[in-house]
Amino acid sequence: MHDEYSYLSGSAFFSDIIPGGAHWSLTIKRNHVLRLIDIEGGANVGMLFYNPANPLERYNAPDTLKCQHTFKLTRGHCLYSDMGRIFCSIVRDSCGWHDTVGGTSNKALVKKRWGERNYQQYRNDWYLNGYDSFLVELAKYGLGRKDMAANINWFSKIATDDAGNLHFATGNSNAGDHVDLRFEMDTLVIFNTCPHPMNAATEYPKKPLRYELFHAAARAADDCCEHACHENERGFINNALYHQCNNGGL
Amino acid sequence: MIVASRLQPTDAVYREVIPAGDYWMHVVKKDQVLRILDLEGNQAADTLFYAAHDPGERYSAMDTIREQGNVYLSAGTKLLSNEGNVMLDIVADTCGRHDTLGGACATESNTVRYALDKKCMHACRDSWMLAVAENEQFGMSKRDITHNINFFMNVPVTSDGGLTFADGISDAGKYVELKAMMDVIVLISNCPQLNNPCNAYNPTPIEVLIWD
Repeated sequence: MHDEYSYLSGSAFFSDIIPGGAHWSLTIKRNHVLRLIDIEGGANVGMLFYNPANPLERYNAPDTLKCQHTFKLTRGHCLYSDMGRIFCSIVRDSCGWHDTVGGTSNKALVKKRWGERNYQQYRNDWYLNGYDSFLVELAKYGLGRKDMAANINWFSKIATDDAGNLHFATGNSNAGDHVDLRFEMDTLVIFNTCPHPMNAATEYPKKPLRYELFHAAARAADDCCEHACHENERGFINNALYHQCNNGGL
Repeated sequence: MIVASRLQPTDAVYREVIPAGDYWMHVVKKDQVLRILDLEGNQAADTLFYAAHDPGERYSAMDTIREQGNVYLSAGTKLLSNEGNVMLDIVADTCGRHDTLGGACATESNTVRYALDKKCMHACRDSWMLAVAENEQFGMSKRDITHNINFFMNVPVTSDGGLTFADGISDAGKYVELKAMMDVIVLISNCPQLNNPCNAYNPTPIEVLIWD
């Protein structure tokens, strides 16, 4: 029987906290694990992925969902690029459901739901929105609104009923809940901690995120993501071919 | 929701049959009505919309389904842009449900979904790549190829978070009609997919009609 953390090699070599309603970005090399921790419960982390060697290759939610016949994201799922490759795989998840169809908040939505808090009056307690937060981080890499795609909303759950009506689930993530992403190729990670656009909370939820980085252990023969379905086995082959074609250089 | 149209094909100002595996890229003016007609049944029309004055403003699947609170598109749906503006209204629909979660086929995703050796089979994304290359006047590129609508395609979502690709609910002669609320560039790939039931394994032509 495997240790439940057998995909990690050693302890975290980096740790950081991003406050609620903020944004950040970083490049993560393959064979590293990113742990996202919902410190207080009720966090939302909007996230997008790009290939730093060719940012036209980006996270593709439709391909991710249809390749794995899923509407939600959880352990065992891989997050695909539009080029049939896997940016990262979800190797651990204490939540059970993460959203990738709700999109992100924008200025008008935040103003309508929670009012407006400008910088002039509130300084860094102002209310940021997900769309502008993505734009700011994307611009740091020469990317813009045309490069935005359907994002992931970690820790948030949107379920449907039989008629297809969408519902935001409260209490999906509690203090200490976390999700571990093992990167299968070098990836530019763009993220923000703005509230989920369907969160009906009366006050703008400012929920901080702790994130940690680890080295990944070699994949086990019965890896929970690679062997979750035949599609993922082929996705991993595509990654291997990509690294092979580039002589391991990318 | 099933809503039939009163418009007569004989009054249309534009009619064009799009063969299976081809693309169609065309500007539809504000207040014009566009009908997409499934000629032989069970065909997927992979469709993208852009604001004609600024193609950086385009159809947003996430904003559209979130703001209507439902994952399926049908008559009554307002198609929203990434800027939150209404681009088109679905004013008639004899099919009843259209997908906007499943995205389009691409040669690379075909390798994952079906088999590695299917990588050179024709796919929607290749049609779109050719479309942006052959229509330089719009100033578009791969960055503009985003999350589309699959008219006539049936992708039921289950309450426990599953996604299934079901047999089409469309049939010969079924159609969807959209009224443009701004000048829009319409980009359709008439899906060439041979590997799944979205086209009943047999891609067939569709027709587009426009009324003033």
